[in-house]
Amino acid sequence: MSAIFEVRNLKRSFGGLAVTNDISLAMAPGDRVALIGPNGAGKTTFVNLVTGNLAPDSGDVLIGGDSVTRIDAIGRVRRGLVRSFQVTRLFQEMTPAEHVALAVLQRDGRSGRLFGHFLAMPEVMAEVAELLGKLGLRELMHRRVSEIAYGQQRLLEIAVALALKPKVLLLDEPAAGVPQSDTGRIEQALADLPADLAVLMIEHDMDLVFRFARRVIVLAAGTIIFDGSPSEVTKNPRVREAYLGSYANAGHAA
Amino acid sequence: MTMAAMNDAMTSAPGKGRKLGRDLAGLAAILALAVLGYFLFPNNLALLTRITAIALLVLSLDLVTGYCGVATLGHAALFGSGAYAAGIAAVHFGITDPLLMLACGILGGSLAGLVCGVVILRAHGLPQLVLSIALIHLFHEFANKASSWTGGSDGLAGIAPDPLLGHFEFDLWGRTAYVFGIVLLAVVFTILRLIVRSPFGMLCRGIKEDPIRIRAMGASPKLALMKMYVISGAVAGTGGALNAISTQVVGLDSLSFTLSAESLVMLVLGGTGSLFGALTGTIVFMFFEDLVSAANPFHWLTMVGALLIAVVLFAPKGLYGTVAGLVSRWWGTFR
Repeated sequence: MSAIFEVRNLKRSFGGLAVTNDISLAMAPGDRVALIGPNGAGKTTFVNLVTGNLAPDSGDVLIGGDSVTRIDAIGRVRRGLVRSFQVTRLFQEMTPAEHVALAVLQRDGRSGRLFGHFLAMPEVMAEVAELLGKLGLRELMHRRVSEIAYGQQRLLEIAVALALKPKVLLLDEPAAGVPQSDTGRIEQALADLPADLAVLMIEHDMDLVFRFARRVIVLAAGTIIFDGSPSEVTKNPRVREAYLGSYANAGHAA
Repeated sequence: MTMAAMNDAMTSAPGKGRKLGRDLAGLAAILALAVLGYFLFPNNLALLTRITAIALLVLSLDLVTGYCGVATLGHAALFGSGAYAAGIAAVHFGITDPLLMLACGILGGSLAGLVCGVVILRAHGLPQLVLSIALIHLFHEFANKASSWTGGSDGLAGIAPDPLLGHFEFDLWGRTAYVFGIVLLAVVFTILRLIVRSPFGMLCRGIKEDPIRIRAMGASPKLALMKMYVISGAVAGTGGALNAISTQVVGLDSLSFTLSAESLVMLVLGGTGSLFGALTGTIVFMFFEDLVSAANPFHWLTMVGALLIAVVLFAPKGLYGTVAGLVSRWWGTFR
């Protein structure tokens, strides 16, 4: 298996507390991995280390076999590591079409162009319309984001990420805050993600995890305590313990 | 994707034609106002040219403040640098062709934009504002001390530009300067309309709303803002050069905190984030200032203050923004 994304012995402590303690994992193209763990397990720190918003004390992050540990967050995005946000970060005054067009133009290195309008760029608009169409946002493409429903904003987050043509996609709770009636659309969007894309999803909703993931990683007190198939995860005693809370306490001593 | 879907996507877009129409309408409005001004105030063309130069400064400020969300109270540094660059080129280097002086002004403004951008963009919010104030004072003091080049507090006098294009003398009535200014404003306005709508303009609007999101798209907000600062410097430098050419003198007031603050007031008055707003604010402020300072030379600033308070309280989107909002709502109701 050639890994498209790899983390080797990643460590990071805050004031003596190892929040990320020797994490290693590898993903191949097409992987669907869910990262779960109780509150305070170190998921957010892990995401920040991987995306380059936080520097590790030691360890390595690799994309396509190349180390990106010394490369900043922007450089990692350009190398194909794209994330979505737990709380949507969209431009309220802009339209979905503008969001996706900006991502497409940025990906192609044309976001600095001082002339022309994306509506008049047929190849950009074709991609924008196709992507938004796939996610059921075509009719809303020229509305302001502030006027569209939250569930649709979450879908737009995914659209923006996909427009960057990532190799590795980090989805931070893609269904957080979405009303029950809309989660179906999100799940469908997740099921329709490109087959060769490696997806790492951080999620609390176990139903979603079981439907989406073919591999589950459980993080507790900064270390991986389980890495295996969804069917086994609930049977694992260490996982049960972690979710009951006792492991988190034991972790400090470790 | 099918062609039909493509067409569908293109046609449902909010009027590309309407945008072009607004560009032409804007340009037509500038020219109509210019002609109107020429005939209404034939003896006051110097004021109108001054308004044109300041309009360029306010447009330039709108680029960084209105479109990118950078807080600055030192934007006259870019304007003044353009003015001094054009003036020094004429007085010390004998470059008296107005177009070459203009080029020097643009270069000077762009360089000042680069310097100010490097310093100001290191901070955000209040510290950014303070840095900008510190910068304008530094620029001012530098120009004051370098008096062998700038004339210090006496101002840089003796600027004698050649006839424009070899034909049009800069006459006592200021007709040539006025027409030159209006042409410059129209050209700059057209270029800026293109820029704010371009992919780069879209990127800047994104940065204003959420720089972290922009970073997650793989773009560098800082680099984009630097670029905008240099563009803004070129525009302000154009205004500065126009001022130097038309008044034939450059004073320290063109590098002052007062001018910086006034330009921000004009922008807020007209409405930030809109080129029309910047123009409206400049014209209203300058005319209002001229009017009330003639009516009441002692307390005119009080009246300017009252106007500003009224606008901020009752029309927070600025004069243009509020009127445009009302018109579009009215249009929506009756369509």
